[in-house]
Amino acid sequence: MKENDLIKKLLIINEKAKKRGINITKEIFNLEKKIGIAGSVKRYNRKKTKDAWDHVKLARKLERPKPQHFIDALITNRIELHGDRYFKDDKTIYGGVGYFDDIPVTFIGTRKGKDLKENQLYNFGMPNPEGYRKSLRLVKQAEKFKRPVLFFVDTPGAYPGIASEEHGISEAIARNLFEFSAIKTPMISIITGEGGSGGAIALSVAEKIIMMENSFLSVISPEGCASILFKDASKAPLSAKSLRLTAEELKKQNVIDDLILEEVGLHIDRKDGFDKLEISIRKNLKEIMSLTSDELIERRYKKYRQIGV
Amino acid sequence: MGSIIPNHIKKIFKFKIKESEINVDEKAFLQCPQCRSMIYQKDIDKNFGICPECEHHFRISNKEWENILLDEENRTKLFEEYKADNILKFPGYNDKLKSLKRKDINEAISIIEAKINGIKVLVGIMNAEYIMASMGAVVGERITLMFEKGAKENLPVIIITRSGGARMQEGIISLMQMVKTSASIKRFSDSGNLYTAVLTNPTTGGVTASFAMLGDIIIAEPEALIGFAGPRVIQQTIKQTLPKGFQRSEFLVEKGFVDLIIKRNNLKSKLTEILKIHNYK
Repeated sequence: MKENDLIKKLLIINEKAKKRGINITKEIFNLEKKIGIAGSVKRYNRKKTKDAWDHVKLARKLERPKPQHFIDALITNRIELHGDRYFKDDKTIYGGVGYFDDIPVTFIGTRKGKDLKENQLYNFGMPNPEGYRKSLRLVKQAEKFKRPVLFFVDTPGAYPGIASEEHGISEAIARNLFEFSAIKTPMISIITGEGGSGGAIALSVAEKIIMMENSFLSVISPEGCASILFKDASKAPLSAKSLRLTAEELKKQNVIDDLILEEVGLHIDRKDGFDKLEISIRKNLKEIMSLTSDELIERRYKKYRQIGV
Repeated sequence: MGSIIPNHIKKIFKFKIKESEINVDEKAFLQCPQCRSMIYQKDIDKNFGICPECEHHFRISNKEWENILLDEENRTKLFEEYKADNILKFPGYNDKLKSLKRKDINEAISIIEAKINGIKVLVGIMNAEYIMASMGAVVGERITLMFEKGAKENLPVIIITRSGGARMQEGIISLMQMVKTSASIKRFSDSGNLYTAVLTNPTTGGVTASFAMLGDIIIAEPEALIGFAGPRVIQQTIKQTLPKGFQRSEFLVEKGFVDLIIKRNNLKSKLTEILKIHNYK
Protein backbone atom coordinates (compact mmCIF):
# COMPACT_ATOMS: atom_id res chain seq x y z
CA MET A 1 0.00 0.00 0.00
CA LYS A 2 1.32 3.45 -0.89
CA GLU A 3 2.14 5.92 1.86
CA ASN A 4 -0.51 8.31 0.61
CA ASP A 5 -3.18 5.64 0.82
CA LEU A 6 -2.16 4.85 4.38
CA ILE A 7 -2.40 8.50 5.43
CA LYS A 8 -5.74 8.72 3.70
CA LYS A 9 -7.08 5.71 5.60
CA LEU A 10 -5.82 7.13 8.88
CA LEU A 11 -7.38 10.52 8.15
CA ILE A 12 -10.72 8.89 7.43
CA ILE A 13 -10.58 6.79 10.60
CA ASN A 14 -9.65 9.87 12.59
CA GLU A 15 -12.55 11.91 11.15
CA LYS A 16 -15.06 9.14 11.77
CA ALA A 17 -13.90 8.72 15.37
CA LYS A 18 -14.14 12.48 15.89
CA LYS A 19 -17.71 12.49 14.66
CA ARG A 20 -18.58 9.85 17.26
CA GLY A 21 -16.84 11.89 19.93
CA ILE A 22 -13.94 9.50 20.41
CA ASN A 23 -10.38 10.80 20.68
CA ILE A 24 -7.94 8.38 19.02
CA THR A 25 -5.09 10.81 18.43
CA LYS A 26 -2.69 8.75 20.54
CA GLU A 27 -3.56 5.48 18.83
CA ILE A 28 -3.13 7.06 15.43
CA PHE A 29 0.23 8.49 16.39
CA ASN A 30 1.38 5.06 17.59
CA LEU A 31 0.29 3.49 14.33
CA GLU A 32 2.05 6.18 12.35
CA LYS A 33 5.23 5.60 14.31
CA LYS A 34 5.12 1.89 13.64
CA ILE A 35 4.94 2.43 9.88
CA GLY A 36 7.37 5.33 9.84
CA ILE A 37 5.06 8.23 8.95
CA ALA A 38 4.76 9.78 12.38
CA GLY A 39 2.82 13.04 12.62
CA SER A 40 1.22 12.96 9.14
CA VAL A 41 -2.38 13.25 10.32
CA LYS A 42 -1.49 16.01 12.76
CA ARG A 43 0.34 17.92 10.04
CA TYR A 44 -2.64 17.61 7.77
CA ASN A 45 -5.06 18.84 10.40
CA ARG A 46 -2.89 21.79 11.32
CA LYS A 47 -3.28 23.05 7.75
CA LYS A 48 -7.02 22.70 7.95
CA THR A 49 -7.95 26.37 8.27
CA LYS A 50 -7.61 27.24 4.64
CA ASP A 51 -7.62 30.67 3.07
CA ALA A 52 -8.96 31.49 -0.39
CA TRP A 53 -5.60 30.84 -2.02
CA ASP A 54 -5.37 27.37 -0.43
CA HIS A 55 -8.73 26.55 -1.97
CA VAL A 56 -7.53 27.76 -5.36
CA LYS A 57 -4.41 25.61 -5.12
CA LEU A 58 -6.42 22.56 -4.07
CA ALA A 59 -8.91 23.16 -6.89
CA ARG A 60 -6.03 23.02 -9.38
CA LYS A 61 -4.23 20.07 -7.81
CA LEU A 62 -3.20 17.54 -10.45
CA GLU A 63 -4.27 14.62 -8.23
CA ARG A 64 -7.73 16.06 -7.78
CA PRO A 65 -10.41 14.08 -9.62
CA LYS A 66 -11.52 15.84 -12.77
CA PRO A 67 -15.06 16.13 -14.18
CA GLN A 68 -14.55 12.95 -16.21
CA HIS A 69 -13.96 11.04 -12.97
CA PHE A 70 -17.06 12.53 -11.40
CA ILE A 71 -19.06 11.57 -14.45
CA ASP A 72 -17.66 8.04 -14.57
CA ALA A 73 -18.42 7.61 -10.86
CA LEU A 74 -21.93 9.03 -10.80
CA ILE A 75 -23.38 8.21 -14.20
CA THR A 76 -23.82 4.67 -15.46
CA ASN A 77 -24.27 3.17 -18.93
CA ARG A 78 -22.70 6.21 -20.53
CA ILE A 79 -22.74 6.79 -24.27
CA GLU A 80 -20.35 9.56 -25.26
CA LEU A 81 -21.51 11.79 -28.10
CA HIS A 82 -19.21 13.82 -30.31
CA GLY A 83 -19.11 16.95 -32.39
CA ASP A 84 -20.79 20.33 -32.76
CA ARG A 85 -22.27 19.42 -36.20
CA TYR A 86 -20.66 22.54 -37.69
CA PHE A 87 -16.91 22.22 -37.61
CA LYS A 88 -15.34 19.63 -35.33
CA ASP A 89 -15.31 17.72 -32.07
CA ASP A 90 -13.68 19.59 -29.20
CA LYS A 91 -12.16 16.89 -27.01
CA THR A 92 -12.07 19.24 -24.03
CA ILE A 93 -15.81 18.85 -23.68
CA TYR A 94 -16.92 15.39 -22.58
CA GLY A 95 -20.60 15.00 -23.28
CA GLY A 96 -23.19 12.31 -23.73
CA VAL A 97 -26.06 10.42 -22.20
CA GLY A 98 -26.32 7.96 -19.34
CA TYR A 99 -28.20 7.18 -16.18
CA PHE A 100 -28.15 8.92 -12.84
CA ASP A 101 -29.85 6.39 -10.54
CA ASP A 102 -32.40 5.16 -13.06
CA ILE A 103 -33.03 8.57 -14.64
CA PRO A 104 -31.73 9.13 -18.18
CA VAL A 105 -29.61 12.30 -18.15
CA THR A 106 -27.37 14.31 -20.45
CA PHE A 107 -23.95 14.93 -18.97
CA ILE A 108 -21.52 17.63 -20.05
CA GLY A 109 -18.12 18.03 -18.45
CA THR A 110 -14.77 19.61 -19.14
CA ARG A 111 -11.73 17.38 -19.55
CA LYS A 112 -8.37 18.33 -18.18
CA GLY A 113 -6.32 15.17 -18.10
CA LYS A 114 -4.15 13.64 -15.40
CA ASP A 115 -0.67 14.13 -16.86
CA LEU A 116 1.09 16.41 -19.31
CA LYS A 117 0.26 14.26 -22.33
CA GLU A 118 -3.44 14.27 -21.48
CA ASN A 119 -3.28 17.94 -20.50
CA GLN A 120 -2.12 18.75 -24.03
CA LEU A 121 -4.72 16.50 -25.62
CA TYR A 122 -7.45 18.30 -23.67
CA ASN A 123 -5.93 21.75 -24.03
CA PHE A 124 -5.47 22.06 -20.26
CA GLY A 125 -9.22 22.15 -19.81
CA MET A 126 -9.78 25.21 -21.98
CA PRO A 127 -12.61 24.67 -24.47
CA ASN A 128 -12.71 26.16 -27.95
CA PRO A 129 -15.92 27.55 -29.47
CA GLU A 130 -16.68 24.11 -30.92
CA GLY A 131 -16.83 22.71 -27.40
CA TYR A 132 -19.44 25.24 -26.32
CA ARG A 133 -21.42 24.61 -29.49
CA LYS A 134 -21.28 20.88 -28.81
CA SER A 135 -22.64 21.54 -25.32
CA LEU A 136 -25.46 23.62 -26.79
CA ARG A 137 -26.34 20.82 -29.21
CA LEU A 138 -26.45 18.28 -26.38
CA VAL A 139 -28.55 20.55 -24.16
CA LYS A 140 -31.05 21.10 -26.99
CA GLN A 141 -31.14 17.34 -27.47
CA ALA A 142 -31.81 16.88 -23.74
CA GLU A 143 -34.64 19.39 -24.01
CA LYS A 144 -36.19 17.46 -26.89
CA PHE A 145 -36.09 14.18 -25.01
CA LYS A 146 -37.04 15.81 -21.72
CA ARG A 147 -34.07 14.60 -19.73
CA PRO A 148 -32.19 16.64 -17.14
CA VAL A 149 -28.74 18.06 -17.85
CA LEU A 150 -25.82 17.73 -15.45
CA PHE A 151 -22.79 19.98 -16.03
CA PHE A 152 -19.45 19.21 -14.39
CA VAL A 153 -17.12 22.18 -14.62
CA ASP A 154 -13.39 22.44 -14.05
CA THR A 155 -11.79 24.90 -16.47
CA PRO A 156 -9.30 27.77 -16.24
CA GLY A 157 -11.49 29.46 -18.87
CA ALA A 158 -12.23 29.48 -22.57
CA TYR A 159 -9.11 29.11 -24.71
CA PRO A 160 -7.37 32.40 -25.54
CA GLY A 161 -6.00 31.48 -28.96
CA ILE A 162 -6.13 32.63 -32.58
CA ALA A 163 -8.47 29.93 -33.88
CA SER A 164 -10.68 30.32 -30.84
CA GLU A 165 -11.23 34.01 -31.64
CA GLU A 166 -11.54 33.29 -35.38
CA HIS A 167 -14.30 30.81 -34.71
CA GLY A 168 -16.14 33.21 -32.42
CA ILE A 169 -15.48 32.18 -28.83
CA SER A 170 -17.43 35.26 -27.66
CA GLU A 171 -20.41 34.34 -29.79
CA ALA A 172 -20.30 30.72 -28.62
CA ILE A 173 -20.32 31.70 -24.95
CA ALA A 174 -22.99 34.38 -25.44
CA ARG A 175 -25.16 31.93 -27.41
CA ASN A 176 -25.01 29.39 -24.58
CA LEU A 177 -26.05 31.99 -22.01
CA PHE A 178 -28.87 33.17 -24.28
CA GLU A 179 -30.23 29.70 -25.11
CA PHE A 180 -29.67 28.00 -21.76
CA SER A 181 -31.69 30.70 -20.00
CA ALA A 182 -34.85 29.33 -21.61
CA ILE A 183 -34.24 25.58 -21.96
CA LYS A 184 -37.31 23.59 -20.97
CA THR A 185 -35.54 20.88 -19.05
CA PRO A 186 -34.01 20.78 -15.55
CA MET A 187 -30.34 21.72 -15.36
CA ILE A 188 -27.80 21.38 -12.56
CA SER A 189 -24.25 22.67 -12.73
CA ILE A 190 -21.53 21.27 -10.49
CA ILE A 191 -18.27 23.17 -10.12
CA THR A 192 -15.71 20.52 -9.26
CA GLY A 193 -12.47 22.52 -9.44
CA GLU A 194 -11.62 25.70 -11.30
CA GLY A 195 -14.52 27.88 -12.40
CA GLY A 196 -12.70 30.27 -14.69
CA SER A 197 -14.70 33.27 -15.87
CA GLY A 198 -16.91 33.28 -18.98
CA GLY A 199 -15.64 29.88 -20.02
CA ALA A 200 -17.08 28.36 -16.85
CA ILE A 201 -20.24 30.42 -16.66
CA ALA A 202 -21.17 29.26 -20.18
CA LEU A 203 -21.68 25.82 -18.58
CA SER A 204 -23.27 27.08 -15.38
CA VAL A 205 -26.66 28.44 -16.39
CA ALA A 206 -28.84 26.14 -14.31
CA GLU A 207 -31.56 25.98 -11.67
CA LYS A 208 -29.06 24.69 -9.18
CA ILE A 209 -25.37 25.37 -8.85
CA ILE A 210 -23.50 22.97 -6.61
CA MET A 211 -19.87 23.55 -5.64
CA MET A 212 -17.31 21.27 -4.07
CA GLU A 213 -15.64 22.83 -1.05
CA ASN A 214 -12.26 23.17 -2.75
CA SER A 215 -13.54 24.66 -5.97
CA PHE A 216 -13.90 28.28 -6.99
CA LEU A 217 -15.81 30.41 -9.44
CA SER A 218 -14.37 33.74 -10.44
CA VAL A 219 -14.72 36.62 -12.87
CA ILE A 220 -10.95 36.42 -13.54
CA SER A 221 -8.07 34.22 -12.39
CA PRO A 222 -6.47 35.48 -9.16
CA GLU A 223 -3.20 35.88 -11.07
CA GLY A 224 -4.83 37.92 -13.82
CA CYS A 225 -6.58 40.14 -11.32
CA ALA A 226 -3.36 40.66 -9.35
CA SER A 227 -1.37 41.70 -12.39
CA ILE A 228 -4.05 44.07 -13.68
CA LEU A 229 -5.33 45.67 -10.47
CA PHE A 230 -2.40 45.29 -8.09
CA LYS A 231 0.24 45.47 -10.86
CA ASP A 232 1.95 42.46 -9.32
CA ALA A 233 1.16 38.86 -10.26
CA SER A 234 2.63 37.61 -6.98
CA LYS A 235 -0.31 39.21 -5.17
CA ALA A 236 -2.58 36.41 -6.41
CA PRO A 237 -3.36 35.24 -2.83
CA LEU A 238 -4.61 38.74 -1.99
CA SER A 239 -6.77 38.90 -5.11
CA ALA A 240 -8.12 35.40 -4.40
CA LYS A 241 -9.27 36.68 -1.03
CA SER A 242 -10.63 39.98 -2.42
CA LEU A 243 -12.56 38.31 -5.25
CA ARG A 244 -14.44 36.14 -2.71
CA LEU A 245 -14.33 33.25 -5.10
CA THR A 246 -14.50 30.24 -2.76
CA ALA A 247 -17.53 27.98 -2.55
CA GLU A 248 -18.12 29.10 1.00
CA GLU A 249 -18.09 32.80 0.08
CA LEU A 250 -20.35 32.21 -2.91
CA LYS A 251 -22.82 30.32 -0.74
CA LYS A 252 -22.85 33.32 1.62
CA GLN A 253 -23.50 35.61 -1.36
CA ASN A 254 -26.43 33.36 -2.34
CA VAL A 255 -24.97 32.71 -5.76
CA ILE A 256 -24.83 28.94 -5.36
CA ASP A 257 -27.33 26.48 -3.92
CA ASP A 258 -25.29 23.70 -2.38
CA LEU A 259 -21.81 23.39 -0.95
CA ILE A 260 -20.33 19.89 -0.67
CA LEU A 261 -17.83 19.67 2.16
CA GLU A 262 -14.65 17.71 1.54
CA GLU A 263 -13.42 16.11 4.69
CA VAL A 264 -9.80 15.55 3.74
CA GLY A 265 -9.79 16.90 0.22
CA LEU A 266 -10.77 15.02 -2.93
CA HIS A 267 -7.13 14.45 -3.87
CA ILE A 268 -6.90 12.13 -0.84
CA ASP A 269 -10.42 10.77 -0.58
CA ARG A 270 -12.51 11.16 -3.70
CA LYS A 271 -15.15 8.60 -2.76
CA ASP A 272 -16.31 10.66 0.19
CA GLY A 273 -16.88 13.66 -2.13
CA PHE A 274 -18.58 11.59 -4.82
CA ASP A 275 -20.97 10.05 -2.28
CA LYS A 276 -21.98 13.38 -0.81
CA LEU A 277 -22.38 14.93 -4.24
CA GLU A 278 -24.56 12.03 -5.34
CA ILE A 279 -26.93 12.70 -2.43
CA SER A 280 -27.05 16.40 -3.25
CA ILE A 281 -27.74 15.81 -6.96
CA ARG A 282 -30.48 13.31 -6.06
CA LYS A 283 -32.15 15.78 -3.71
CA ASN A 284 -31.89 18.71 -6.14
CA LEU A 285 -33.02 16.70 -9.16
CA LYS A 286 -36.07 15.50 -7.29
CA GLU A 287 -36.97 19.08 -6.45
CA ILE A 288 -36.58 20.56 -9.94
CA MET A 289 -37.96 17.59 -11.86
CA SER A 290 -41.31 18.17 -10.20
CA LEU A 291 -41.59 21.61 -11.83
CA THR A 292 -43.32 22.34 -15.14
CA SER A 293 -41.14 23.70 -17.94
CA ASP A 294 -42.62 27.19 -17.48
CA GLU A 295 -41.83 27.08 -13.78
CA LEU A 296 -38.30 25.94 -14.54
CA ILE A 297 -37.62 28.78 -16.94
CA GLU A 298 -39.17 31.32 -14.60
CA ARG A 299 -37.09 30.07 -11.71
CA ARG A 300 -33.88 30.12 -13.76
CA TYR A 301 -34.58 33.66 -14.96
CA LYS A 302 -35.25 34.89 -11.44
CA LYS A 303 -32.19 33.16 -10.05
CA TYR A 304 -29.88 35.31 -12.19
CA ARG A 305 -32.19 38.32 -12.34
CA GLN A 306 -31.83 38.95 -8.62
CA ILE A 307 -28.02 38.85 -8.57
CA GLY A 308 -26.68 42.39 -8.44
CA VAL A 309 -28.22 45.61 -7.18
CA MET B 1 -8.08 61.06 -24.17
CA GLY B 2 -4.75 62.76 -23.55
CA SER B 3 -3.42 64.88 -26.37
CA ILE B 4 -0.06 64.02 -27.78
CA ILE B 5 1.54 67.25 -28.94
CA PRO B 6 5.16 66.90 -29.95
CA ASN B 7 7.52 69.07 -27.96
CA HIS B 8 8.70 71.10 -30.94
CA ILE B 9 5.15 72.23 -31.60
CA LYS B 10 4.58 73.06 -27.95
CA LYS B 11 7.72 75.16 -28.06
CA ILE B 12 6.54 77.09 -31.07
CA PHE B 13 3.32 78.01 -29.34
CA LYS B 14 4.94 78.87 -26.05
CA PHE B 15 7.48 81.25 -27.43
CA LYS B 16 5.90 82.81 -30.47
CA ILE B 17 2.31 83.26 -29.37
CA LYS B 18 1.07 84.42 -26.03
CA GLU B 19 -1.56 82.09 -24.65
CA SER B 20 -3.89 84.99 -23.93
CA GLU B 21 -3.89 85.98 -27.60
CA ILE B 22 -4.88 82.69 -29.18
CA ASN B 23 -5.94 80.61 -26.18
CA VAL B 24 -3.99 77.55 -27.09
CA ASP B 25 -4.71 74.76 -24.71
CA GLU B 26 -3.40 71.24 -24.68
CA LYS B 27 -6.58 69.99 -26.28
CA ALA B 28 -6.44 72.23 -29.33
CA PHE B 29 -4.46 69.76 -31.39
CA LEU B 30 -4.41 66.00 -31.53
CA GLN B 31 -2.10 63.65 -33.25
CA CYS B 32 -4.02 60.93 -35.02
CA PRO B 33 -2.68 57.60 -33.70
CA GLN B 34 -3.20 56.06 -37.12
CA CYS B 35 -1.93 58.52 -39.72
CA ARG B 36 0.18 60.58 -37.31
CA SER B 37 -1.03 63.89 -38.72
CA MET B 38 -1.66 66.79 -36.37
CA ILE B 39 -5.29 67.70 -36.47
CA TYR B 40 -7.21 70.60 -35.04
CA GLN B 41 -9.51 69.17 -32.36
CA LYS B 42 -12.45 71.20 -33.66
CA ASP B 43 -12.12 69.59 -37.08
CA ILE B 44 -12.39 66.20 -35.46
CA ASP B 45 -15.38 67.27 -33.38
CA LYS B 46 -17.16 68.62 -36.45
CA ASN B 47 -16.46 65.36 -38.27
CA PHE B 48 -18.19 62.96 -35.79
CA GLY B 49 -14.89 62.30 -34.03
CA ILE B 50 -13.41 60.92 -37.25
CA CYS B 51 -9.94 61.91 -38.46
CA PRO B 52 -10.44 64.04 -41.61
CA GLU B 53 -7.18 62.67 -43.03
CA CYS B 54 -7.49 58.90 -42.60
CA GLU B 55 -10.98 58.29 -41.17
CA HIS B 56 -9.64 56.91 -37.89
CA HIS B 57 -12.53 56.82 -35.42
CA PHE B 58 -11.54 58.57 -32.20
CA ARG B 59 -13.17 57.66 -28.93
CA ILE B 60 -15.92 60.20 -28.24
CA SER B 61 -17.85 61.08 -25.11
CA ASN B 62 -21.33 59.87 -24.28
CA LYS B 63 -22.69 63.37 -24.88
CA GLU B 64 -21.20 63.34 -28.39
CA TRP B 65 -22.72 59.93 -29.05
CA GLU B 66 -26.12 61.21 -28.01
CA ASN B 67 -25.79 64.16 -30.38
CA ILE B 68 -24.68 62.00 -33.26
CA LEU B 69 -27.44 59.40 -32.86
CA LEU B 70 -30.48 60.93 -31.26
CA ASP B 71 -33.01 63.58 -32.15
CA GLU B 72 -32.64 66.64 -29.95
CA GLU B 73 -36.06 66.65 -28.33
CA ASN B 74 -37.37 64.28 -25.69
CA ARG B 75 -34.28 62.50 -24.51
CA THR B 76 -34.93 60.86 -21.16
CA LYS B 77 -32.23 59.13 -19.14
CA LEU B 78 -33.54 55.99 -17.45
CA PHE B 79 -32.58 53.94 -14.39
CA GLU B 80 -30.08 56.53 -13.16
CA GLU B 81 -31.04 55.76 -9.57
CA TYR B 82 -28.98 52.56 -9.61
CA LYS B 83 -25.50 53.33 -8.34
CA ALA B 84 -22.38 51.21 -7.86
CA ASP B 85 -21.60 49.90 -4.42
CA ASN B 86 -18.51 48.13 -3.12
CA ILE B 87 -20.41 44.93 -2.37
CA LEU B 88 -17.30 42.79 -1.87
CA LYS B 89 -15.35 45.51 -0.03
CA PHE B 90 -12.73 45.13 -2.73
CA PRO B 91 -9.47 46.95 -1.92
CA GLY B 92 -9.21 50.35 -3.64
CA TYR B 93 -12.69 50.21 -5.17
CA ASN B 94 -14.23 52.73 -2.74
CA ASP B 95 -11.65 55.36 -3.67
CA LYS B 96 -12.18 54.69 -7.34
CA LEU B 97 -15.95 55.11 -7.01
CA LYS B 98 -15.51 58.29 -4.98
CA SER B 99 -13.21 59.90 -7.51
CA LEU B 100 -15.68 59.10 -10.29
CA LYS B 101 -18.51 60.56 -8.26
CA ARG B 102 -16.61 63.84 -8.12
CA LYS B 103 -16.33 63.76 -11.91
CA ASP B 104 -20.09 63.38 -12.01
CA ILE B 105 -20.13 60.32 -14.24
CA ASN B 106 -23.01 58.06 -13.47
CA GLU B 107 -21.78 54.50 -14.14
CA ALA B 108 -20.43 52.76 -17.20
CA ILE B 109 -23.62 52.82 -19.25
CA SER B 110 -26.40 55.32 -19.68
CA ILE B 111 -29.79 54.25 -20.92
CA ILE B 112 -31.78 56.80 -22.88
CA GLU B 113 -35.29 56.76 -24.22
CA ALA B 114 -35.26 58.95 -27.30
CA LYS B 115 -36.04 59.17 -30.97
CA ILE B 116 -33.94 58.48 -34.04
CA ASN B 117 -35.37 60.43 -36.97
CA GLY B 118 -38.73 60.32 -35.23
CA ILE B 119 -38.65 56.61 -34.34
CA LYS B 120 -38.87 55.85 -30.63
CA VAL B 121 -35.94 53.75 -29.34
CA LEU B 122 -34.14 52.67 -26.20
CA VAL B 123 -30.42 53.30 -26.45
CA GLY B 124 -27.62 52.17 -24.16
CA ILE B 125 -24.31 54.00 -24.49
CA MET B 126 -21.34 52.60 -22.61
CA ASN B 127 -19.06 55.14 -21.00
CA ALA B 128 -15.36 54.43 -21.43
CA GLU B 129 -14.42 57.01 -18.81
CA TYR B 130 -16.00 54.89 -16.08
CA ILE B 131 -13.61 52.05 -15.11
CA MET B 132 -13.08 51.13 -18.79
CA ALA B 133 -16.86 50.81 -19.19
CA SER B 134 -16.65 47.54 -17.34
CA MET B 135 -19.82 45.62 -16.49
CA GLY B 136 -20.73 45.31 -12.85
CA ALA B 137 -24.06 45.05 -11.06
CA VAL B 138 -25.36 48.46 -12.19
CA VAL B 139 -24.51 47.99 -15.87
CA GLY B 140 -26.13 44.54 -15.80
CA GLU B 141 -29.22 45.84 -14.04
CA ARG B 142 -29.70 48.83 -16.34
CA ILE B 143 -29.29 46.71 -19.48
CA THR B 144 -31.71 44.10 -18.15
CA LEU B 145 -34.26 46.77 -17.24
CA MET B 146 -33.90 48.27 -20.72
CA PHE B 147 -34.62 44.94 -22.44
CA GLU B 148 -37.52 44.22 -20.10
CA LYS B 149 -38.99 47.65 -20.86
CA GLY B 150 -38.38 47.18 -24.58
CA ALA B 151 -40.19 43.82 -24.57
CA LYS B 152 -43.12 45.27 -22.64
CA GLU B 153 -43.52 48.43 -24.71
CA ASN B 154 -42.39 47.01 -28.06
CA LEU B 155 -39.47 49.36 -28.41
CA PRO B 156 -36.32 48.54 -30.40
CA VAL B 157 -33.04 48.51 -28.47
CA ILE B 158 -29.66 49.78 -29.61
CA ILE B 159 -26.47 49.45 -27.56
CA ILE B 160 -23.23 51.26 -28.32
CA THR B 161 -20.68 48.91 -26.77
CA ARG B 162 -17.14 49.61 -25.64
CA SER B 163 -15.81 47.84 -22.62
CA GLY B 164 -12.89 46.13 -20.98
CA GLY B 165 -15.24 43.32 -19.93
CA ALA B 166 -16.68 42.28 -16.60
CA ARG B 167 -15.69 44.47 -13.64
CA MET B 168 -13.17 42.64 -11.48
CA GLN B 169 -13.94 44.64 -8.36
CA GLU B 170 -17.43 43.20 -8.17
CA GLY B 171 -16.23 39.60 -8.52
CA ILE B 172 -18.86 36.96 -9.09
CA ILE B 173 -21.63 39.58 -9.27
CA SER B 174 -20.06 40.96 -12.46
CA LEU B 175 -19.68 37.50 -13.96
CA MET B 176 -23.34 36.73 -13.32
CA GLN B 177 -24.39 39.90 -15.17
CA MET B 178 -23.34 38.08 -18.35
CA VAL B 179 -26.06 35.52 -17.69
CA LYS B 180 -28.57 38.09 -16.51
CA THR B 181 -28.26 40.36 -19.55
CA SER B 182 -28.23 37.43 -22.00
CA ALA B 183 -31.37 35.97 -20.40
CA SER B 184 -33.16 39.31 -20.70
CA ILE B 185 -32.16 39.52 -24.38
CA LYS B 186 -33.63 36.05 -24.92
CA ARG B 187 -36.97 37.24 -23.53
CA PHE B 188 -36.76 40.46 -25.54
CA SER B 189 -35.97 38.46 -28.66
CA ASP B 190 -38.96 36.16 -28.04
CA SER B 191 -41.16 39.26 -27.85
CA GLY B 192 -40.34 39.84 -31.54
CA ASN B 193 -38.40 43.06 -31.07
CA LEU B 194 -35.20 44.25 -32.70
CA TYR B 195 -31.88 44.59 -30.91
CA THR B 196 -29.02 46.21 -32.79
CA ALA B 197 -25.55 46.09 -31.28
CA VAL B 198 -23.03 48.72 -32.40
CA LEU B 199 -19.54 47.60 -31.44
CA THR B 200 -16.92 50.30 -31.00
CA ASN B 201 -13.28 50.30 -30.01
CA PRO B 202 -12.57 48.37 -27.80
CA THR B 203 -15.21 45.75 -26.99
CA THR B 204 -13.71 42.82 -25.11
CA GLY B 205 -14.15 40.14 -22.45
CA GLY B 206 -17.44 39.41 -20.76
CA VAL B 207 -19.24 42.16 -22.64
CA THR B 208 -18.36 40.68 -26.04
CA ALA B 209 -19.21 37.21 -24.70
CA SER B 210 -22.69 38.29 -23.70
CA PHE B 211 -24.86 41.14 -24.98
CA ALA B 212 -22.45 42.48 -27.65
CA MET B 213 -22.64 39.24 -29.66
CA LEU B 214 -26.41 38.80 -29.28
CA GLY B 215 -27.71 41.54 -31.57
CA ASP B 216 -30.20 40.56 -34.27
CA ILE B 217 -28.00 42.85 -36.31
CA ILE B 218 -24.41 43.51 -35.31
CA ILE B 219 -22.73 46.65 -36.59
CA ALA B 220 -19.11 47.59 -35.96
CA GLU B 221 -17.16 50.80 -36.39
CA PRO B 222 -14.16 50.54 -38.72
CA GLU B 223 -11.06 48.94 -37.20
CA ALA B 224 -12.52 48.53 -33.72
CA LEU B 225 -10.86 45.94 -31.51
CA ILE B 226 -13.47 43.27 -30.80
CA GLY B 227 -12.66 40.03 -29.02
CA PHE B 228 -12.96 37.85 -25.97
CA ALA B 229 -9.37 37.55 -24.76
CA GLY B 230 -7.20 40.63 -25.14
CA PRO B 231 -4.44 40.45 -27.78
CA ARG B 232 -1.74 40.55 -25.09
CA VAL B 233 -3.20 37.57 -23.24
CA ILE B 234 -3.40 35.58 -26.49
CA GLN B 235 0.15 36.49 -27.39
CA GLN B 236 1.40 35.39 -23.98
CA THR B 237 -0.50 32.12 -24.21
CA ILE B 238 0.49 31.02 -27.70
CA LYS B 239 3.84 32.82 -27.88
CA GLN B 240 3.40 33.75 -31.53
CA THR B 241 2.89 37.11 -33.17
CA LEU B 242 -0.71 37.75 -34.04
CA PRO B 243 -1.76 38.14 -37.68
CA LYS B 244 -2.28 41.67 -38.96
CA GLY B 245 -5.77 42.98 -38.40
CA PHE B 246 -6.53 40.22 -35.88
CA GLN B 247 -9.66 40.92 -33.80
CA ARG B 248 -10.48 44.07 -35.78
CA SER B 249 -13.96 44.76 -37.18
CA GLU B 250 -12.96 43.82 -40.73
CA PHE B 251 -11.59 40.49 -39.43
CA LEU B 252 -14.88 39.79 -37.64
CA VAL B 253 -16.90 40.49 -40.79
CA GLU B 254 -14.69 38.10 -42.71
CA LYS B 255 -15.05 35.41 -40.05
CA GLY B 256 -18.81 35.86 -40.00
CA PHE B 257 -19.45 37.48 -36.64
CA VAL B 258 -20.36 41.03 -37.63
CA ASP B 259 -22.99 42.04 -40.21
CA LEU B 260 -21.85 45.49 -41.25
CA ILE B 261 -19.12 48.03 -40.78
CA ILE B 262 -20.61 51.51 -40.71
CA LYS B 263 -18.70 54.76 -40.40
CA ARG B 264 -19.93 56.96 -37.60
CA ASN B 265 -21.12 59.72 -39.91
CA ASN B 266 -23.47 57.25 -41.65
CA LEU B 267 -24.63 55.45 -38.53
CA LYS B 268 -27.80 57.43 -37.81
CA SER B 269 -29.17 57.09 -41.33
CA LYS B 270 -28.28 53.38 -41.49
CA LEU B 271 -29.95 52.73 -38.14
CA THR B 272 -33.02 54.58 -39.37
CA GLU B 273 -33.21 52.31 -42.42
CA ILE B 274 -32.81 49.24 -40.24
CA LEU B 275 -35.52 50.38 -37.83
CA LYS B 276 -37.90 51.15 -40.70
CA ILE B 277 -37.47 47.80 -42.42
CA HIS B 278 -38.43 46.20 -39.08
CA ASN B 279 -41.67 48.23 -39.08
CA TYR B 280 -40.80 50.66 -36.33
CA LYS B 281 -42.34 54.05 -36.99
